[in-house]
Amino acid sequence: MTLEIIEITLRSLGVSGTATLLSAVWSLPIGLTIGIKDFHGKRLVKGVFNAFLGMPTVVLGLVLFLLIRHAGPFGFLNLLFTPFAIIVGQALLITPIMISFTTSAVESIDPDIRDLAKTLGATEIQASLAILKEAAGGTLLAFIASFNRAIAEMGVAYMVGGSIPGSTMVLTTAIALQRDMANIELGLTLAAILLSIVFAINLTVNLIQKRRP
Amino acid sequence: MNPLIELKDVTKNYGDITALNDVSLRVRQGEIFTIAGPNGSGKTTMLRIMAFIDTPIRGEVYFDGVRVSGSNRSQIRTKCTMVFQKTALFNTTVYKNIAYGLKLRKFPKNKTDKRVENVLDLVKLKGYEKRLSKKLSGGEQQRVSLARALALNAELLLLDEPTANLDPKNVSIIEETIYRVNREFNTTIVMATHNLFQAETLTKRAALLLGGKIVQAGTAQEIFRVPSKHLASFARLENVFSGSSRILKEGTSLIDVGNGLEIEAALKRSGNVTVFVRPEDIIVSKKPISSSARNVFKGKIVEISDLESVVKLKIDAGKQFIVQITKRSFNEMQLNVRSEVFLAFKASSVHTV
Repeated sequence: MTLEIIEITLRSLGVSGTATLLSAVWSLPIGLTIGIKDFHGKRLVKGVFNAFLGMPTVVLGLVLFLLIRHAGPFGFLNLLFTPFAIIVGQALLITPIMISFTTSAVESIDPDIRDLAKTLGATEIQASLAILKEAAGGTLLAFIASFNRAIAEMGVAYMVGGSIPGSTMVLTTAIALQRDMANIELGLTLAAILLSIVFAINLTVNLIQKRRP
Repeated sequence: MNPLIELKDVTKNYGDITALNDVSLRVRQGEIFTIAGPNGSGKTTMLRIMAFIDTPIRGEVYFDGVRVSGSNRSQIRTKCTMVFQKTALFNTTVYKNIAYGLKLRKFPKNKTDKRVENVLDLVKLKGYEKRLSKKLSGGEQQRVSLARALALNAELLLLDEPTANLDPKNVSIIEETIYRVNREFNTTIVMATHNLFQAETLTKRAALLLGGKIVQAGTAQEIFRVPSKHLASFARLENVFSGSSRILKEGTSLIDVGNGLEIEAALKRSGNVTVFVRPEDIIVSKKPISSSARNVFKGKIVEISDLESVVKLKIDAGKQFIVQITKRSFNEMQLNVRSEVFLAFKASSVHTV
C-alpha cells in the first residue's frame, strides 16, 4: 500500500509539474506580450483570460473528453486515459492563471526598463527577458499558483485520465476513489499528502522571495 | 568632419500629438550640446530618436555619416546610450546594474570588474558594488544610472535632465562627471535641460526647442547670455523690469521702471522695453562705493535663501532685485534681513528680452 501511495504521489507531482512547464511554453510569451504591448482590444483580451480563471474543471474535462475520445476529432491520437491527456488538459486549465499572473507582474514593472535595456545595447528579445527578470517574483507566483491549481484539480484528471490504478490515478482522483470504497483512513492520508505538497511549495517560495534582493 | 549625429527634417507623432515637427540638427564629434526647452517641448522625444529607441515617422537620422535604417539600427544603437530623467534601475545590486550592458557585449569578468570600479569612482560611489540599487538615495541612484551609461564607453551619451530634482551636492558631482568624461574621453554628449545656468556653463552649443520645433540654435553664449523672447517665454528670468526708455546723449538709454527707479542700459532704445539683470552681475555693499557702475541703488534685504555655496538675497530698492553672492561674502558682510545695502551694476549688464 505504501508503495502505491508513493507511486500516486510521484505521478501527481510529475503530471502537474509537466503540465505547468508545458503551459509556460505558451503562457509566458503571451503574458509578456500582453503586459508589454499596447494594442486595440487589450482590455478585452485580459478580460477573457480573467473570465477563464474560474473555468470549472469538469467542464473543461468533458470538452476534452469529447475531443479525444475515439469518435472525436482527435481520437486518432489515442490520448484518452493516458497521463499525457491529463498533462495537456491541466496545461490548458492553468493557461489563464499563468497568463493573467504574468501579465500583471510585467505591468507592475517600470515601463522604462524595456527602453533602458535597449539603450544599454539589448535586442528586442533581450529587452523582453530583462523585463521578465525584473518581474521574476510575480512570474514565480504565476508558476506556483498554476501548479497548485493543477495538482489540486480533479475534473480533468478524472474525465480524460480515468483514474486507472498504476497508470493515470493521481492524488485527487485517488482520494475520491477511497471515499467511494469507504476507505476513509487512506483517503485522509492521501489528502494530508496533497495538503503537505501545496503548503511546502508555498513555504519554499516565500523563503526564496525573502532572500531575493 | 562628419557630425556624429544628424537629424534631417525629423517629425514624430504620438497619436494626434506632434512631438517633433520637421527638426534638423547636427551634433559635432566631441562636443557637449544642450537642448533647452520647457516641459513638453519635445526634448525627450528628440533624445529617444537619437538613442534609436523611437523612430521618426518622417525624416532621416545619420550616425557618423551613415543613414540609420531598420537593418543597422540595433547595431548602431550599441554606440550610444541614454540616461533617463526618471531614474530607471534594475532591481538588483549596483554592480549588476552597471555590468548589464557589458555582459551584453560579452565583456570578460575581470575587465567588467575593473570597468565597474572605475565608473563608480568617477561618480564618487567607490565601493558601492554590492549595495542594492533600490535602497540608494535619489541622487545616488541617478549617479548609478550615469555610471552604468559611462561603463559602455559609448560614442554618444544622451542625458535627459540629468540633474532635475537633485540636491546641489549630487548636481555638482554629476556636472563634474559630465565635464570630465567629455574632456578626457572626448565623448559626445547631448543634454536636455531647462536649467539654463547648467546649459551655459557646461556646453558650447545649444538649441532651443519650443512646441516640437527648433526656434533658435547657436553658441550657448548667444542663446543664454542674451536671451531671446523664445527663451524668456519659458525660462525663469530674474530681475526683469519693463518701462519706457529714452536715449541719452552718451549713447546709452535710461529706462524708467517705476517707483522712481531709473536703470541705465548700454543700448540705444526708446519707447517701451523689457530688460533683465542677472543676479550674479549685481554687486552688494554696505556703504556706497565709487565705481564705474552706472546703476547704484539703496535698498533693504527682505529675504535670504541659502543655496550651499552661494546665497540669494531679495532686496527691496523701490523694485525687488534678486542678487547672488558667495557665502563667504555674505558672512564677511554680516548681512541680515532688514540690513540696508547698496546695489550696483554696470549699464552693460542690462540686457533686453
